[in-house]
Amino acid sequence: MNYHWDWDAVREALPLLLEGFETTLLATVLGTLVAAVLGLALAVGGRAPTRWVTLPLAGLVTFVRSTPLLVQLAGAYAVFTTLDPLTIGVAVLGVHYSAYLAEVYRAGIDAVPRGQWEAARALSLTPGLTWRDVILPQAVRTVLPALGNYAISMFKETPFLAVITVAEMVAQAREYGADHFAYPEAFTLAGLVFLLASYPTSLALRKLEQRLGH
Amino acid sequence: MGDFLSLFRDELPSVGSGLWVTVQATVLGALLAVAVAFGCGLAAGSRLRVVRWTSRGVVEFFRGTSLYIQLFWLYYAFPLLTGYQFDPLACGVLAFGLNYGAYGSEVVRGALAAVPTPQREAAVALSFTPLQRLYRVLLPQAWPQMIPPFTNLLIQLLKSTPLLWLISVADLTTVIQTLRDRTGETVPAYLTLLALYFVLAWALTAGMRWLERRAAGRLGRTVAPKAGTPVVMSGGRP
Repeated sequence: MNYHWDWDAVREALPLLLEGFETTLLATVLGTLVAAVLGLALAVGGRAPTRWVTLPLAGLVTFVRSTPLLVQLAGAYAVFTTLDPLTIGVAVLGVHYSAYLAEVYRAGIDAVPRGQWEAARALSLTPGLTWRDVILPQAVRTVLPALGNYAISMFKETPFLAVITVAEMVAQAREYGADHFAYPEAFTLAGLVFLLASYPTSLALRKLEQRLGH
Repeated sequence: MGDFLSLFRDELPSVGSGLWVTVQATVLGALLAVAVAFGCGLAAGSRLRVVRWTSRGVVEFFRGTSLYIQLFWLYYAFPLLTGYQFDPLACGVLAFGLNYGAYGSEVVRGALAAVPTPQREAAVALSFTPLQRLYRVLLPQAWPQMIPPFTNLLIQLLKSTPLLWLISVADLTTVIQTLRDRTGETVPAYLTLLALYFVLAWALTAGMRWLERRAAGRLGRTVAPKAGTPVVMSGGRP
């Protein structure tokens, strides 16, 4: 090993990386919110009584899930030139993950006992009220751990946003590495920050999952 | 629209070679991932604590640090630290294999744990060696169960290959990006790219589905007609 590890570079890069980390977290939180809401809409829409609604939705979900996030990001960035890169990033992340979350919600909705639907009908609740007051409160509780898992994967995919010039942590690491020729320090540090942030979160989620009895 | 399509036709050989690089990265990455998955997945069930903990550490490390960083670390930092430079495609394959292998190891571990205990006991009662137990009893039963989650990981791996564009490997994304830059036609270029990845993903799913049916058939089980397809959205009221 003939590389001279530069501790000064580590000290110097850390504040920059942490600054980028804020953007990383912001994108993750906003992206998760978009995905959670849109995924729910897709799951409920997937149960519409007419094929004119369900088939296009199923097609959309399949297409979004089987094409690469990086290409979706680069495409959206090239097409929507007037929008702010972070907005595009959050929107694309949100849409991408909503396609996965739709399936999670679907499983949660399927797990609500049939009797609940029948009871709602017996009480002659409207479809809207049935969803809002009976089905969703029961379905959403069971999907929370899975939602957390997807939030963690999204967190680990935010570095893709560097491609569309969002200054998240890895973009900062790359820039610092290039400017000071200190790639090993910058990327090792970025990796450690990711590990330190995501590992405790997964542990906590596993605990939560156990408590909910899965 | 026309400019891009005619350039696409003229440049079919380079599109083909980009496609080939993408396929290579996916297949080689998947092979390495399967090796890592079985290595770590089997080690997680070892009687030795050192082996279990090492595998746990490897898995958490590669799952926790983001594929993107691993790839860039291998491409930029590793040559500086060791003086040895990988071929860029090899960097990609290594990063994909280690990262998805770590996720896959949990699949292997889970599927092995799901084999009913009496099967294990029966194998012990027949005084099979641990290796025989694994090959003749546990793996044949666990394998069909591993295929659907492996399919998901494989699709994810395919969808990660555009990262190669960032480390200057001429994969499918790189080639189409070049065509886009030459014609200035953004929308048809990205639509073509998305369509190509969609077809690749669809072909992978179909192949894995065939594998799943075959594996289940050997055990005398049948696969439910709909399970394993990428998306099943049930229409109609429950």
